[in-house]
Amino acid sequence: MSDHEHKHEHQQEHCHELLSTLGEYVEGTLSPDLCRELERHMKNCQRCRVVVDTLRKTIDLYHETAEDTSMPAEVRQRLYLRLKLEDYRK
Amino acid sequence: MNQNVENPQEEGSKQEVSLEALKAGDMAEFARLVDIYSNSIYRVALKILNDPQDAEDVLQETFIKALRALPSFEGRSSLSTWLYRIAVNEALMLVRKRRTNFVSIDADRDDEEGEAEPAEIVDWCCLPEGDLLNAEARQFLNAAVQRLSPALRAVFVLRDLEGLSVKETADALNLTETAVKTRLLRARLKLREELSVYYAERMAERFSK
Repeated sequence: MSDHEHKHEHQQEHCHELLSTLGEYVEGTLSPDLCRELERHMKNCQRCRVVVDTLRKTIDLYHETAEDTSMPAEVRQRLYLRLKLEDYRK
Repeated sequence: MNQNVENPQEEGSKQEVSLEALKAGDMAEFARLVDIYSNSIYRVALKILNDPQDAEDVLQETFIKALRALPSFEGRSSLSTWLYRIAVNEALMLVRKRRTNFVSIDADRDDEEGEAEPAEIVDWCCLPEGDLLNAEARQFLNAAVQRLSPALRAVFVLRDLEGLSVKETADALNLTETAVKTRLLRARLKLREELSVYYAERMAERFSK
């Protein structure tokens, strides 16, 4: 195995170890020590950088689309009818 | 006992709902509760079930059950968390019912598996906003959520789509906070994977133009 391959394999192992910390990292709740370790790793590992960036972007996009759906007026009307709340409708 | 609703999700909900009045059977107060939370409950049901008729059934059942159970509600969780819990239970029950009709291949294996290694490594963050969130992309995002197992979907919908905290999500789903965090990461990584495949194709299309 060449040095380069060996280094690559070693790095991949590290990537896998750090994978479980990504959740806390993107939530901003990862301990400062692990945070530093992950950030140090990402400086040299483009793969993990891309994973973190696209993971963050994925969450952002879902946040942006979260309000897309709202209850149709007729669903609301039938709900109030079923609950016998018609008199209280605004 | 007077519990106030904190952090309500809907607009116009700044006024407090009085648990005391609710427990005493005050229907005007119950109407206010419905007014504040029906939109969120409907959205959660729709995102879990992906069927407007089923979502409407869950919405109605949730408030009917809440109305019946209010006298014995002890206020250990907030009213909103309690409503979400009823709604998610109803929705997951429907999912299970559907499963008896269709053989499911993905069951709830997610609970046993470790984190899947990210496979699609393409930086698509630079795509213009118009490409990231056009109508087709929005449809894809929605469909990807439907491909999550129900266990992961419920966590993702409450935390990332409805904006509940990890603690609130755990309370609503009767899970530990650790379990919520684990499932949330799995759900997010799965979605990242799917979105990466999708947006990598969009990037390739752009370059080929």
